[in-house]
Amino acid sequence: MHRLFFAALLALLAGSAHAGEVQVAVAANFAGPLAKIGEGFSAATGHVLKVSSGATGKFYAQVVAGAPFEVLIAADDETPKKLVAEGHAVAGTNFTYAIGKLVLWSSQPGVVDAQGAVLRSDAVKHVAIANPKVAPYGAAAMEVIKARGLGDALVPKLVTAESIAQAYQFAFSGNAELGFVALSQVAVPGKPVVGSYWLVPTGLYGEIRQDATLLKAGEKNPAAAALLAYLKSEAAKKLIRDFGYGLAAP
Amino acid sequence: MTPADWGAIRITAQLAAVATALLLIVGTPLAWWLAHTRTRLKPVWSALIAMPLVLPPTVLGFYLLLLMGPQGPVGQLTESLGLGRLPFTFAGLVVASVIYSLPFVVQPLQQAFEAIPQRTLEAAATLRASPWDRFFSVAVPLARPGFVTASVLGFAHTVGEFGVVLMIGGNIPDKTRVLSVALYDHVEASEFADAHRLAAGMVVFALVVLVTLYMVNRPAREPQARSA
Repeated sequence: MHRLFFAALLALLAGSAHAGEVQVAVAANFAGPLAKIGEGFSAATGHVLKVSSGATGKFYAQVVAGAPFEVLIAADDETPKKLVAEGHAVAGTNFTYAIGKLVLWSSQPGVVDAQGAVLRSDAVKHVAIANPKVAPYGAAAMEVIKARGLGDALVPKLVTAESIAQAYQFAFSGNAELGFVALSQVAVPGKPVVGSYWLVPTGLYGEIRQDATLLKAGEKNPAAAALLAYLKSEAAKKLIRDFGYGLAAP
Repeated sequence: MTPADWGAIRITAQLAAVATALLLIVGTPLAWWLAHTRTRLKPVWSALIAMPLVLPPTVLGFYLLLLMGPQGPVGQLTESLGLGRLPFTFAGLVVASVIYSLPFVVQPLQQAFEAIPQRTLEAAATLRASPWDRFFSVAVPLARPGFVTASVLGFAHTVGEFGVVLMIGGNIPDKTRVLSVALYDHVEASEFADAHRLAAGMVVFALVVLVTLYMVNRPAREPQARSA
């Protein structure tokens, strides 16, 4: 037992001598998939991820203010583009790693029907969405509500979460009967689906293209470039699909 | 300043006013009891009241969200009373604020009550002042600085609340969106000019409030100081 422990410790120390570290800022909806991808990435390269997850808009403000993030895995394509244009990210490194899918979700089974008609129900007192001003999934949810002509009925019921993760939390705790969240939060591979959901047809909202980019702080870190390359690998793509994301047409 | 920001300022002022009133109603008897009790459990009660001072607001927000939710005991109680659920409502923010700001009100009051010499109250009793009379005619006037400090700190601390509101408020305009959350939204959306207006306003507010507090509560000059 002891010998095994020391062997493992040695392996760790030896590994860390060569391995790099990457400071990653990841959109809340992709935190789960990234944890899985990170396992494969570390096994393949020996590099370690240091992950912060949150709202993309917040990361933008932090990166502009000099936050030490080396890679941004965003929930939209605008933020990485803006960071490149403003010189905070490395030009030519931004690419679409996933296309987000929006769902209307309840933590209770049998509540959400296959057409999302439950949105009109009087039993629904609160609908959680991510802040549409800063979170692409929140903006997409507002498009769906407007496309369905439910603006006047639903806006008073909306509770705004600071990120898609908090929108999930509001709906998970049952304080909001419904929540617009990411399919990746509800359909976790290998786990049964909790509650019930409606996969919103993509025609009802603009495509959520999620881009990643190398930030200036990571320009000289080979581990950061390796992570972006790994995101494009077949192994990562398979995981991204399994979590319910679409992939950009090559 | 946008109408939404004015709405947030109004909600914040209302929340702080209602919470401060409730805090004085709840905190005064609590502080009086703590100042005079001989129970051996006093340190435990003092610790419980002081907890919000040391706990991250997110702890409180997290538990309140679960307790006041449909599966939580408080949520089930409020629903069975026909009050509905507290998260995402103004009433919910009031409850959270009272818990969160309790030590800021109880502690100054307790100190003020403890500073009243027992003999003063006994003297009032020998003059046949009833317990209520002793409290309102003797203790309250003597503890006035404590009441001023408690009210100002309770109000200001509720204005400065952020983490708890963020977690249970739901950021609803004109209902639960308070100043600190509106400011956070502006920062996240890179609306720095709007953010500055609110943030600078808060800084000025805090400074004015504290300077006023220290001026009002300046200890009365002692006689020797005058003669020296």
